[in-house]
Amino acid sequence: MSGVGTWAEALVSGLIVTGAAFALIGSWGLVRLPSLMERLHGPTKATTLGLGAMLVGSVGYFQFVQGQWTTHELLISLFLFVTAPITANMIAKVHLLRLRLGEVSEPIGPAGLPPPPPTTTMPATDWATHEAPQHGTPGDLAGD
Amino acid sequence: MITYALGVGFAALGLALAMNLWRLFKGPGVADRILALDTMVINVIGFIVLAGIANRSATAFEAALLLAMVGFVGTVAYAKFLLRGDIIE
Repeated sequence: MSGVGTWAEALVSGLIVTGAAFALIGSWGLVRLPSLMERLHGPTKATTLGLGAMLVGSVGYFQFVQGQWTTHELLISLFLFVTAPITANMIAKVHLLRLRLGEVSEPIGPAGLPPPPPTTTMPATDWATHEAPQHGTPGDLAGD
Repeated sequence: MITYALGVGFAALGLALAMNLWRLFKGPGVADRILALDTMVINVIGFIVLAGIANRSATAFEAALLLAMVGFVGTVAYAKFLLRGDIIE
């Protein structure tokens, strides 16, 4: 085995172990943390980063050890890094909606309780999750 | 060296999947279960990538890419259904 091969193997092994450790830490956070808003941090950040490290390690393996250039991994990591914030946002919206409906009870986090649902005298003060789109906004399909 | 790293990686991902499964059964809310399923999909993608390295074949990456897309669409569909009572409005 030449010097380049040993160096590349060490790099790929390090990336694989780092990625798997980050994925494990993300799942450990999913088990360990007390409320959903905190649990959301583990998978969306640590696990996504871990998978990114494993994918870079895979690119390095096929490039340096097998001598074969692949771009599938870059496509996968691009797709995952684009979609992870969107899924986290959707899950947080579901959680907020169910907190508002009173269907879940949780320890109060550092940010305090979410705002109460809007009434006729007091309109909604935060971002909308479950109301119908306002008239004239882009989501208002019935008004077209 | 890569063989040992792959062993460590497979063990860590297996443990991570077991933890996700625990959260999936435990709950307590439906959002926790969606999050656990989404994390399981990500960990399985990692498994497929490591299996591709172990088998020295690049053919598994199409499966990983497909799983990434289907996992994202599934999570968004679950969340959308719970938010609006409908998936495609």
